[in-house]
Amino acid sequence: MAYSDKVLDHYNHPRNVGSLDKSDPNVGTGMVGAPECGDVMKLQVKVNPETGVIEDAKFKTFGCGSAIASSSLATEWLRGKTVDEALQIKNTDIVNELSLPPVKIHCSVLAEDAIRAAIGDYKKKAESRPQAQVTA
Amino acid sequence: MKLPIYMDNHATTPVDPRVFEAMRPYFTTTFGNAASRNHSFGWEAEEAVEKARKQVASIIGATAKEIVITSGATESNNLAIKGVFEMYAEKGNHIITAATEHKAVLDTCKRLEKEGAKVTYLPVQQNGLIDLDQLRESITDKTILITIMYANNEIGVLQPIAEIGKIAKERGVLFHSDATQAVGKVPVDVIKEGIDVASVSAHKMYGPKGVGALYVRRRNPRVQLTAQIDGGGHERGMRSGTLNVPGIVGLGAACEFAQKEMPEESKRLSYLRDKLKDRLLAGLDEVYINGTTEHRLPNNLNISFAYVEGESLLMGINDVAVSSGSACTSATLEPSYVLKALGAGDDLAHSSIRFGLGRFNTEEEVDYVTEKVIDVVKKLRELSPLYEMHKEGIDLTKVQWTAH
Repeated sequence: MAYSDKVLDHYNHPRNVGSLDKSDPNVGTGMVGAPECGDVMKLQVKVNPETGVIEDAKFKTFGCGSAIASSSLATEWLRGKTVDEALQIKNTDIVNELSLPPVKIHCSVLAEDAIRAAIGDYKKKAESRPQAQVTA
Repeated sequence: MKLPIYMDNHATTPVDPRVFEAMRPYFTTTFGNAASRNHSFGWEAEEAVEKARKQVASIIGATAKEIVITSGATESNNLAIKGVFEMYAEKGNHIITAATEHKAVLDTCKRLEKEGAKVTYLPVQQNGLIDLDQLRESITDKTILITIMYANNEIGVLQPIAEIGKIAKERGVLFHSDATQAVGKVPVDVIKEGIDVASVSAHKMYGPKGVGALYVRRRNPRVQLTAQIDGGGHERGMRSGTLNVPGIVGLGAACEFAQKEMPEESKRLSYLRDKLKDRLLAGLDEVYINGTTEHRLPNNLNISFAYVEGESLLMGINDVAVSSGSACTSATLEPSYVLKALGAGDDLAHSSIRFGLGRFNTEEEVDYVTEKVIDVVKKLRELSPLYEMHKEGIDLTKVQWTAH
C-alpha cells in the first residue's frame, strides 16, 4: 500500500511523543484499542484549569503507520484548543488531512476515541475536585 | 549492495538466469505443441517436456510417469484433494488436514464440506507441528485422505512427513503433501517418506510462475484421481490443456539446479538465517521465534518483536521486502491464522515478520537488514505505550482493553 506524504511525515517525524504524569489533576489520559486488535493509542492532554485550554498533548501508539500518524496529528491539533473545541475534532477531519484510504479509517476513529477518552478523564478529575474552577 | 533488498522468498523467487536461458528457445523457436504427434515441432516440444518431467521426478525420488503438470501448487492441491475425494467416494468421505495448511488446501477442504465431506482440521502444537497421536486417533474407517504440508509457508516448520506417511500406510489411507515450500530447499523423497500425492511449484524455486506439478504415485498403491479440468485428455487424462512448454522446461531446469546445489546452498542459507536470528536476539529484548527451530526450512525466520506492530515495522524498513502476519498487511484484515494456531496470542501475530532468504541474498544484505530492523524496532518501541507499560512492570494480559 502506498502511504500519503503526510502519513510518512508523521511516521518519520512523530510529533509530541511521550507521556505526561497520569496522577497530575490537570492531565487527562485516554487509552484505547487492544493489543490483540493490533492497535493501542495512549493520548494525554494537560489542561490549564483557569482557561480550559490544552497546553500540552502527548501520545504513544502501538499500531500501523496510519495509526501513528493519526495520533501524532491529533496531538498537534489539540494543543492550544479548549477542551470543548477539542471535542469538535472528528475522525473525518483526520481522514481528510492524512488522505487515509478506506481500510485505514478505523485508525482515525481510534484517534477520535482517544481524544474523547483523554478529555473525559480530565473532566472526571476536574469534577471530583472539591473546589473545581473549570471553565469548560 | 543494491536496494531494495528482496527477502520474501516464500512469496516467490526470481527466475534464475540459467533457468531463463533454458526456457528462452521454447517461446519462439521450438514452439511446438507437445501433443502434435506428426511433425518435428511437436516431437521437439514433447522431448523437452519429457526431459523436464524426469528432472521434476528426480528431485522428489519419483519416476517421470508419476508427474502431472499443472499451472502451479494451488491447482495441484485442488486436483489432489478434489480428485481423491471424487475418485474414492465409495470408500469414504473423511479427510484429515491441519489448521496451518495453505489456503489452497483449507479452502478446497471447505468447498468439499459443502459436498458432503467430513474434514478434521488438526490443531498444531506451540512448535507448529501436528501431534501424531492425535492424527492416529482421527483416522476412521471413512478416512480416505490425509493432507499435511511438508513445510509451512509462514513459519517454515517441517512436519514429521515420514511418520505421517507410515501411519497413512498402516491404515490404508492416501497421503497428500503440499510440498511447495520444501521441494528444492530440503531433500524430499516420496518413496522413503510414504507420500502418495505431492504438490510442487516452480516459482518458489527460481522457476517461472504459472507452472507446477502433482506427483501421483503409480505403484503400491496406484493412486487414481478424478480430473478437474476436462478436455483433450493430456497428462494421462488427469489434467487436460495444451502444455506450457517453456514453463515446463523452466520448472525442470529449476529442479535440476536446486537438486544439484542443495547440499551447499542449504548450508549457506542456514548460516545466514542463524546469523540474522542470533543478532536480532542479541540486539533486542522481547523477541520471539515462531515455530520450532529444530525442524525448519534453512531459509526461514519468522519472528515477533513484541510491542511493535508489524506493518509499522515494514514501513520503517521500506527498502527491505519481507512479510508480516499483522492484520494490517493482510487482505482480510485478520492476523495470520498460522500464528494464531500456535496459540501464542494475536498480539504476537500482529508483531511478526517473516524473513525468507534466497539464492541471491548475500551476507552483506543480511547484515544491513539486521541493523536496520534493530534500529526501527527500538524507535517504534519508544513510541509504544505497550512497551512503556511492560517496562513499568504491568502485566498486559491483565489490563482491561477496549477492544474495537
